[in-house]
Amino acid sequence: MSSAVAPAVSRGPAKVPGSRERAGDRLFRLIISGFAGIILLAAFALAWQLTRESLSTWKTFGLGFLFTSTWDPVADQFGALPFLYGTAVSSLLALLIAVPLGVGAAVFLTELAPKRLAEVLMFAIELLAAVPSVILGLMGIFILVPVMRSLGAPYGVGMLTAGLILAFMVLPYITTITREVLLTVPRPLKEAMYALGATRWEVVRGVSLPFARSGIIGAVFLSLGRALGETMAVTMVIGNAPKISANLLEPGYSMAAVIANELAEAASDAHLSALVAIGLVLMGVTLVVNGAARLMIYRLGKRS
Amino acid sequence: MKLTLNLIAAVLLAAPAAAQMKTLNGAGATFPYPIYSKWFDEYHKVKPDLQINYQSIGSGGGIRQVTERTVDFGASDGPMTTQQQFKVDGKILHVPTVLGAVVPAYNLKDVTDLKLSGAVLADIFLGKITRWTDPAIAKLNEGVKLPDAVITVVHRSDGSGTSYCFTDYLSKVSAEWKKKVGTNTAVNWPIGLGGKGNEGVAGLVKQTPNAIGYVELIYAKQNDISYATMQNKAGKFVKASIESVTAAAAGVKMPADFKVSITDATGEKAYPISTFTWLLIYEKNNEGKGAVLKDFLKWMLKDGQAMTAPLGYAPLPDSVNGMVTKAIEVIK
Repeated sequence: MSSAVAPAVSRGPAKVPGSRERAGDRLFRLIISGFAGIILLAAFALAWQLTRESLSTWKTFGLGFLFTSTWDPVADQFGALPFLYGTAVSSLLALLIAVPLGVGAAVFLTELAPKRLAEVLMFAIELLAAVPSVILGLMGIFILVPVMRSLGAPYGVGMLTAGLILAFMVLPYITTITREVLLTVPRPLKEAMYALGATRWEVVRGVSLPFARSGIIGAVFLSLGRALGETMAVTMVIGNAPKISANLLEPGYSMAAVIANELAEAASDAHLSALVAIGLVLMGVTLVVNGAARLMIYRLGKRS
Repeated sequence: MKLTLNLIAAVLLAAPAAAQMKTLNGAGATFPYPIYSKWFDEYHKVKPDLQINYQSIGSGGGIRQVTERTVDFGASDGPMTTQQQFKVDGKILHVPTVLGAVVPAYNLKDVTDLKLSGAVLADIFLGKITRWTDPAIAKLNEGVKLPDAVITVVHRSDGSGTSYCFTDYLSKVSAEWKKKVGTNTAVNWPIGLGGKGNEGVAGLVKQTPNAIGYVELIYAKQNDISYATMQNKAGKFVKASIESVTAAAAGVKMPADFKVSITDATGEKAYPISTFTWLLIYEKNNEGKGAVLKDFLKWMLKDGQAMTAPLGYAPLPDSVNGMVTKAIEVIK
């Protein structure tokens, strides 16, 4: 329609580069859609492969695989409950410790700390996030475990130690993300509160934290995802005993750890299949956690 | 232009020449990895046109890859079961290469030489003997002051040939262990903490007072870890060493397929928790690889055996070496 209105002179030259660009655009779109498709394809291929390789476990044990606790590679008897329990408990412990610490630190960094100090601290925290997990595991073995033992834990290694290491690991995530969100709180909102005579605590509680809520929840779930899948550091300090014990000082085991430990030497097909089945469950749990996070952020976003 | 063409031609012609360089790929056990990589390295110096690559991915992985024929040879610390061998297309030869041993490492203050028997060791790992002052331990260690403390048991958390050898021994000396736990690279441990790798177990034992675990002899030696003297089948107390491990291998009647366990061996000087480690070789190989493998094995049995001791492995006893040298003739 516009071409009919446009003067004839400009039509030709304008159209040629324009149409060429459209072709380029199309190509570009195709290529990047391909990239996005590859990601999707990889995820599906992964799920498909894990399901296929673990089929014999699901056939043999059914859903009982998730609710029994015998793990006996000699008798080919497998139940994943102790690993599910260990992964869940150690990750929740980590969040229980890291969330208040991380959010508190973020509030301090944005609201209280002098700018120079905040910058130095942020740098240190970001460095902490870059520490490889095997190094944290070593620190756990050489520092945390002896400390735990001297505090009265019978072995030093165990569920609580694993939770502490994981907390240490996710702390930078929670702090950094929470700080980023707190920085986006509009100044006028805060200043209005101060003008009404609110104390600093009241401003943080009444304006900053509610405003940053969805971001904080996102940080928590991101951390949970990291904690659930963490392998190396956990293996090094959790004690690697597939038992369910209410005592947090007793050794436990996690899903990622048992896969890392036993996959290389799993000679029997049933053993291998059971380990892959645990991998599938771990992937499922991570998907559910991430899905829940999305849903929560979406709902909160809609409400506000 | 002509120069460019000449260059291209030269490159193209050089490619087939480079392809003449032979490579063999193997995968399997981690326990013999140090000596295997030494051998493959030294053999490359002898035969510069042959490159042998070895990935130490674990015995289980080695057996799996041999079954799927994705490697030219495998390696394992435990012999393949009949069922596993049935799945392989073609015959597999177990070629013993070196010997290793597993030692009970302990952390007891002021105890320099702990003596244990197989039955007592099994009961400790079953959780039946829980204190160091148990009469069964005291009886073996007269005059030694043992702490009145709970025993902390440490085992491997990762599947390993070390665990296979250790549980194989316990199954032989304790009927209860055989029935309740059994022999495998990974088992359902009745009690204890799991450490990843020799270093994980050694770390936990070193750090935890009154702990006992098990590690490879080489590892214990290199890291100065105290380990117990074991009572062997003949009733003698033997400390693990290259000589006592070779003695264990010499005392056993070798079957034609070399798939033999030498734990709890007879012989006065035999150390009871010893094991062979095997290369898994196809009897029929493609592309002339059989001849190359055979040459390497011959070299390994002659010159290679002399390199074992400095790395802490026991060489094959002469009788076994002779048998293996004859047996590898079938490789094609």
